[in-house]
Amino acid sequence: MSEAPPTTPPTEAAPVHEGTATPRPTMSRKSVGASQRTAPDRFTPPEPPALEVRDLSVYYGKKMALSGVSMQIPVKKITALIGPSGCGKSTLLRSLNRMNDLIPGARITGAVDYHGHNLYGNSVDPVEVRRRIGMVFQKPNPFPKSIFENVAFGARVNGYKGDYNELVERSLRQAALWDEVKDDLKKSGLALSGGQQQRLCIARALAVEPEIILMDEPCSALDPIATLKIEELMRQLARDYTIVIVTHNMQQAARVSDYTGFFLAGEAAYGQLIEYGPTEEIFTTPMDPRTEDYITGRFG
Amino acid sequence: MPREQFHRQIEALMDSVLEMGSMVDHAVDRAIQALLDRDPVMAQAVVRDDAALNAKNFECQNDCVHLLAQQAPMARDLRLIVSVTAIMTDLERMGDHAEGIARIVLMMQDEPLVKPLIDIPIMAGHARDMSRNAVQAFVDQDINAAFLVGSADDVVDRLYDQIYQDLIQVMIGDPSTIEPSTHLLWVAHNLERIADRATNIAERTVYSATGNLPQMDVSSY
Repeated sequence: MSEAPPTTPPTEAAPVHEGTATPRPTMSRKSVGASQRTAPDRFTPPEPPALEVRDLSVYYGKKMALSGVSMQIPVKKITALIGPSGCGKSTLLRSLNRMNDLIPGARITGAVDYHGHNLYGNSVDPVEVRRRIGMVFQKPNPFPKSIFENVAFGARVNGYKGDYNELVERSLRQAALWDEVKDDLKKSGLALSGGQQQRLCIARALAVEPEIILMDEPCSALDPIATLKIEELMRQLARDYTIVIVTHNMQQAARVSDYTGFFLAGEAAYGQLIEYGPTEEIFTTPMDPRTEDYITGRFG
Repeated sequence: MPREQFHRQIEALMDSVLEMGSMVDHAVDRAIQALLDRDPVMAQAVVRDDAALNAKNFECQNDCVHLLAQQAPMARDLRLIVSVTAIMTDLERMGDHAEGIARIVLMMQDEPLVKPLIDIPIMAGHARDMSRNAVQAFVDQDINAAFLVGSADDVVDRLYDQIYQDLIQVMIGDPSTIEPSTHLLWVAHNLERIADRATNIAERTVYSATGNLPQMDVSSY
């Protein structure tokens, strides 16, 4: 963290102690709250956020992938991250549970606060981070094991001492898969349809009792009906969990999320958070012309 | 631009609004001309041609529904299409007011005028200007022009007040003029409503362009 960035960030980063706002002189309109706040954070969550990203930059080797992102991820809401390819949205998502640690040469500056602790602090165990902040990937990736073992796997690794039958049923019910598989729990997870496999992966993520679920284009490999089922499931899960989803499908972001952040790389070739706000506002009255151009298809 | 076809469809919607605007303007013009000339044939034509306005409105509303369903528009495109549906409804109602004036002309037959037609044609001119300017402001997405339409409504309201007071005086002076006076009052009222609808279009223009819906209409009628 103390390492100097190899390239100079283009925006003047606000001091970390000042809170979330990173002034962006190019933003057009002011938002609520502190006077320095601009379009990227035009709302303040009503309760302490599930995650607070503070001036986060991510580098892959010498290349800056994401620059100076500050945003609050509200509790038990669905936050969608949208933007064109290469805009840094997946990079940000992976930073939220230290998945980037697994990529050689990846480094970050800034902080991601979770219950008041920086996830990138020295004493933090990344494995515990990933248990509390789970991830569901683009392509359903069940293990080549039974449905039951797929769900129980994480709990076994964590030395869970409770009732496995109860845990598996509860997780599968939460993932809206129980009724379809309850008679076939010994069947291989790989024998399920794509949509069922993705719900199995969600059940697997839920079984380790996370607080936050990160989803990286969870529906891009699914047909429209399976997609709608996952979206419906996300709305149900948002009663108990905080969800952050990266999606290329703007309609999906509009349908499913409470808040939307728009990212863009532009000329600079590193991603930036351009605008962040309530989904209904982002998709009806975006503040930044770049957001407008992207969501109306005038981009590029 | 990745969505050229969609944006051409939006241009076509704007053309429909312009066309409807000009049909309405023509209807108001002919209705007032029928009044000035006491021409029942022209009045009949205005009544008959209202069906074309209704059909045009339905066709355009349908186009909007198709665009919403097929293109899932966002942001200004979404606001624009929703505004077109509201504006077409306003224009269709303005056409009904023109028809209303034509029907009054038919009712009046050749009853003598209780006062010379001076203020009503002036009022009609203002209402038509407002309507044309409102449609043009929308097509150009010009907020300043839209607000000018809103302030022009005050002139029409004042003229309506004037006509109202004059006709009341006529009726008080000679109760036998109550029916023909009421006919003219109805004409003036229809014109006042047309101007109000033009103000609605101006408000929708600001909404379409900015996302804010101002309240321009302070008319007391």
